[in-house]
Amino acid sequence: MTEATQPIQRRAIALVSGGLDSMLAVKVMQEQGIEVEGVNFFTGFCVEGHTHAIRKKDQEKQKRNNALWVAEQLGIKLHIVDISEEYKDVVLNPKHGYGAHLNPCLDCKIFMVNQATLMINKARELAGDRGFDFIITGEVIGQRPKSQRKETMPIISQESGADDRLLRPLCARNLPATLPEREGWVDREALYDFSGRNRKPQMALAKRFGLEEFAQPAGGCCFLTDESYSNKLADLWKARNERRYELDDIMLLKVGRHIRPQPHYKLIISREEGENRFLEGYRYQFTSITTVSCPGPLALVDGQFHSDEELAQAAAIVARYSKGRVMDEVTLEIRQPDGVARQVTVAPAHPEAVLPAWNVG
Amino acid sequence: MNDTVHELDVRRLLCPMPVIKTQNRIRTLATGDTLKVVCTDPGALNDIPAWCRINGHEVLETGEQGNEVFVVLRVGEDNGALF
Ligand code: SF4
Repeated sequence: MTEATQPIQRRAIALVSGGLDSMLAVKVMQEQGIEVEGVNFFTGFCVEGHTHAIRKKDQEKQKRNNALWVAEQLGIKLHIVDISEEYKDVVLNPKHGYGAHLNPCLDCKIFMVNQATLMINKARELAGDRGFDFIITGEVIGQRPKSQRKETMPIISQESGADDRLLRPLCARNLPATLPEREGWVDREALYDFSGRNRKPQMALAKRFGLEEFAQPAGGCCFLTDESYSNKLADLWKARNERRYELDDIMLLKVGRHIRPQPHYKLIISREEGENRFLEGYRYQFTSITTVSCPGPLALVDGQFHSDEELAQAAAIVARYSKGRVMDEVTLEIRQPDGVARQVTVAPAHPEAVLPAWNVG
Repeated sequence: MNDTVHELDVRRLLCPMPVIKTQNRIRTLATGDTLKVVCTDPGALNDIPAWCRINGHEVLETGEQGNEVFVVLRVGEDNGALF
């Protein structure tokens, strides 16, 4: 028997968001014999971080981390990369602007594909043919008004530096052939030409692959596509007189009822047990308010009180969301981050006294 | 066999940070090494084992201690250092 030269096993890195499209893109590649590994980027705005942090223990099943779950279904490795620090520049200064809310989708895609490009370049340098040959995404032309249009596809390829090493298996046939197609690593004829917002082709493909359970995020893959969330972020920048944020800020915007009675302080009031536990972890960074004379929520104070009247006003608002809302008086404890605490007794605020304009979001 | 148990403290970090820190720590360890990860986010009890299954690391033990949870794992063949 003569020794045939083994064809090189081609390998791709897939951007895995946890949604159906990236799942299908991976399946299509696997069907063509490509070995795929996934990468998932943590921006701080991801829906996962939130659902995980505040989930109750008995709800773990529904609130799984979708990217991990998807990787397990697909049988691929998953690398999770924390880009939260570098990502700030994407959110604060998007070259291509925002979508409907504060979602910088086009810049975000360029940034993520660029990160993946750096990863495959590094891996190729370190491991040669055991590295990665190209990148795939689940993008579909026309799916998202801002970032997934026919004109934006080449922009993402070019500005990310991935160029023709970026393949979108679900709409590749609507686009010029990429390196993997030209080199014959993948068969262009067996790729797809999906376009538009109609999800039927994806559903049919999911069925063909026997995928029954998958997450279908309504808007986008992150909180920045959410109107209420974007309003809270804009409010934060306005209150601070500058556009900047820390990771804790944007995590806290995902949780609780946000009420700003004064420009210089805001209350973040928990709405249920899970949020309570989540906010609990921030009591060493923020002044917090809890009820003493009856069960009630935990509230964090983001900002400073300028007077005792303001402190009493805040306490009255928190009391209004406690079990003692119908009582004449409620006693609350105001605790500083260093643990020093004092108690106040106030009449719960009238529902009308909490002005609708104070509600952020 | 290497008996040292490496420790990783990811207390107070929220998912998916405990998973990311675990992954990054594993890149510095060798096949067969043991790592104990201590967390306060109960979600890590789900996510770290899931991440280990996907990436070929063996979970030896998981548990809860008061407000904390922990996962003990053994580093598999590929520590992911390519990235
Ligand atoms: S929805 Fe969020 S994560 Fe998805 S592309 Fe837009 S900005 Fe990026």
